[in-house]
Amino acid sequence: MLPMLQREVVDKHGWVTQEDVLDCYAIGQCTPGVIAVNTATFVGYRQKGALGGLVATLGVITPSVIIITLIALLLRGFASNPFVVHAFAGIRIAVAVLSLMAVIKLYKSGVKGAAGNALMALSFLLRVFFSVSPVLLVLAAVILGIILEWVKGRRKAA
Amino acid sequence: MTILLLILEFFKTGLFSVGGGLATLPFLYQMSEKYGWFTGEDVANMLAVSESTPGPIGVNMATFTGVTVSGVLGGVIATLALVTPSFLIILIIAKALQHFRENRFVQSSLSMLRPVSVGLIAAAVISVFTASLISKDALFAGEWGSITSWGAVASFAVLLCIYLKWKKLHPVVLVAIGAVAGIVLQL
Repeated sequence: MLPMLQREVVDKHGWVTQEDVLDCYAIGQCTPGVIAVNTATFVGYRQKGALGGLVATLGVITPSVIIITLIALLLRGFASNPFVVHAFAGIRIAVAVLSLMAVIKLYKSGVKGAAGNALMALSFLLRVFFSVSPVLLVLAAVILGIILEWVKGRRKAA
Repeated sequence: MTILLLILEFFKTGLFSVGGGLATLPFLYQMSEKYGWFTGEDVANMLAVSESTPGPIGVNMATFTGVTVSGVLGGVIATLALVTPSFLIILIIAKALQHFRENRFVQSSLSMLRPVSVGLIAAAVISVFTASLISKDALFAGEWGSITSWGAVASFAVLLCIYLKWKKLHPVVLVAIGAVAGIVLQL
């Protein structure tokens, strides 16, 4: 998604600079939601304010909404077809491979040090064995981050 | 009523899933546990459709779930609900974007959030496995013989080897091979 965005908004239209896109992308990663959508919202906002942000956001989700709606309706019509049932049983195995690899990639880039591993293990165990809500775990992580930084700041001050 | 729940759930998903990509997955599994709108197998199927079509996975998942649960309108509404929180947040912080990113509290929160989010996604991937390879019922009943089928294990091994050999392969190719294996082996 990022290379395409660069081609369109930097090279073709010159709406923002290359650094702007990278900045937007970095900020898109640290605000909640879908990164590609966040990046589009930023670019739109920079160009034309809130309305620009709204239009860019709607623009980036429209193709997905149309394509996926068609596929979902189509699949529903064929859901009981035995070929489709068997095909999807095989497809789910391909998805298992893809998601396993995606998690390994995420692990390599996002989990560092003993503390990182411990946090990851804790959220994994709480989710799998105690069905703790993901919302609670995300909130706990944010609060923990704020508290740790606050304590650090106070120590420095003292 | 379902529409209101869809809005609430996807708004929540948009607000709390940080890091993009599979970050929405834990929330989808929670929805499936909570409301029974769809099964774990449906989520794995949705994931396959999302991996094989363009566009961000989070958005695709929202549309697919919405359409499955309450038709075309549901798809549009679920998707809008998903992007609303981040849209509002960006508008609010837009003026101070640089400061936001460099803020030490944001940085510190993100460094806690990243490993937690990997743990949550790993937990969701367990659910993908129980929807594709491992039978949860057999596992809990202790029927070791029927936990998985040889065909499924063999397909997994072959697909894994293909992925590792050709890392640049588009996911849709793997999905297509999986579909053929499913039909041929009657999985």
